[in-house]
Amino acid sequence: MKARRRFWNQFFEKSLTASAFISIAILLGIFILLATNGWKAFQDVGLEEFLSLERWNPSAYDTPSYGLGALLLGTALTTLGAIAIAAPLGVGMAFFLAEIAPVRLRNVLKPAVELMAAVPSVVMGFAGIVVVGPFLAQLFGLPNGLNALNGAILLAFMALPTIVSVSEDVVQAVPRTYKEASYALGANRWETLVQVTLPACYSGLLAAVMLGVGRAIGETMTVLMATGNATAVPTSFFSSVRTLTATVAIEMGEVPTGTTHYYVLFACALVLFIITLIINIVAEQIATQLRRKGQ
Amino acid sequence: MAMEEQHCLQIEKLHVYAGAKHILKGISLNLPRHQIIALIGPSGCGKTMLLRSINRMHDLDPNIRLQGSILFKGRNILDPRVDPVWIRRHIGMVFQKPNPFAKSIFENVAYGLKINGLKDKARIRAIVEESLRRSYLWEEVKDELDKSALELSGGQQQRLCLARAIAVSPEVILLDEPCSALDPISTAKVEETLLSLRQMFTILIVTHNLQQARRISDYTAFLYLGELVEYGPTAQMFEQPQQELTYNYLHGRFG
Ligand SMILES: Nc1ncnc2c1ncn2[C@@H]1O[C@H](COP(=O)(O)OP(=O)(O)OP(=O)(O)O)[C@@H](O)[C@H]1O
Ligand SMILES: [Mg+2]
Repeated sequence: MKARRRFWNQFFEKSLTASAFISIAILLGIFILLATNGWKAFQDVGLEEFLSLERWNPSAYDTPSYGLGALLLGTALTTLGAIAIAAPLGVGMAFFLAEIAPVRLRNVLKPAVELMAAVPSVVMGFAGIVVVGPFLAQLFGLPNGLNALNGAILLAFMALPTIVSVSEDVVQAVPRTYKEASYALGANRWETLVQVTLPACYSGLLAAVMLGVGRAIGETMTVLMATGNATAVPTSFFSSVRTLTATVAIEMGEVPTGTTHYYVLFACALVLFIITLIINIVAEQIATQLRRKGQ
Repeated sequence: MAMEEQHCLQIEKLHVYAGAKHILKGISLNLPRHQIIALIGPSGCGKTMLLRSINRMHDLDPNIRLQGSILFKGRNILDPRVDPVWIRRHIGMVFQKPNPFAKSIFENVAYGLKINGLKDKARIRAIVEESLRRSYLWEEVKDELDKSALELSGGQQQRLCLARAIAVSPEVILLDEPCSALDPISTAKVEETLLSLRQMFTILIVTHNLQQARRISDYTAFLYLGELVEYGPTAQMFEQPQQELTYNYLHGRFG
């Protein structure tokens, strides 16, 4: 009996360890694939040009140029814009759902918000072209609305379900006893919300927003359709931009294998991969620190 | 002195229902001012329920219904028109399970002062220290006031919650088994504190420790199955209880 139990214990322990290793192996495999191919791009082009604001023009007939700066800016503008919109909105909605809305309303609203995640990204792209874009054009008097702001708004909409859903769970998970302690000291609902409940969820909310960032930064089809795809260096949110993801998606299918251009696209993916990795590591660090401080 | 002067809090025919369950069945109990009243009774008899009724903690639970009245400063606490925030600023509570905030030790005690509008930093520091001394926690934490309260031991957390409740100087303090996680020495110290606090506060304390009730309380109330069986001066209650039930409980003859 005892031996049998030991067997199962060991079995589960080993298989859990194995699955952890498998995911690390897959991650490493992807990294190696991107790095070995991307490396050739660095050799051909040079890091300096690669990271400069020089025009992205890899298929120019005589002197192709491979500046990633404009594309990076495109990704940064759409992603940061999206988060600037979605984080406060999403966290606010989560607090509303968890703390203020009557249970009945919450039971309708939360699934509805989560359902927003089911909208295919192509459809979001359509919405960007025929609804949000024209609206922005009219609002700001632009020739067309296919720009970074349009992309940011759509991405915000797409990141929102993740942020709301995860944040709401985080707020719900704050022990009721914290709130009782606060009320018992004569705090009102608002003071309790801002000074007790909110600080108790910082690290969880950060994780929720980071998941939203991950969603936004990797999104391809919507930004490809809605941001105008200009490779010029953007000067504001009203500039048309092209993101890293859109660039890879547009060009990968047509580039001849083994050319510099081909390797440069791998390098793009590598850069994207490294950025998301850094964001995740930093977020994890901040989260652990907040947890340690108990906030 | 007139009746209402002597009595800080008057509970009259209090009934509490949780869903269809009748939990407190017509409790009438007066708390004399500046006295320590011990609330004893077997587990599940409704002691926590009674305490939570007094500072309107049941507001948070739509499942719970109250009937009767609790008079405090000429107002009926159970009247929904009476602001619970006002009540709780005058009636503090230490919960059965320690529930410090996920904040630093200092912030835990300062919290109540800050929401009460105290801005003066030096004054806040002084009150925090004073309150921590009173709950006999100061010596253990004075060098690490910025540490998270969640890193304290269970007994330390309980004393922190006591300090937090004292800090805002309410008129009544409700204590739900404040010594259940404490060693005998800390218990003795907390008891000493309670005795000294009596000059300032009226204290209602739930305890399973009959010796404790006997040592510190002026009055004792015995609750059984949601009913108040007996209530009177502690010495009299322990020496010659009027009810057989009380006698049996005090002598450990309960099945
Ligand atoms: N939120 C609730 N909803 C429904 N019933 C409850 C709730 N809280 C407590 N009860 C019930 O009310 C009765 C009294 O509970 P209470 O917590 O007041 O007991 P107690 O005297 O404090 O016991 P203990 O000494 O174990 O703390 C119990 O039968 C319990 O099951
Ligand atoms: Mg209890």
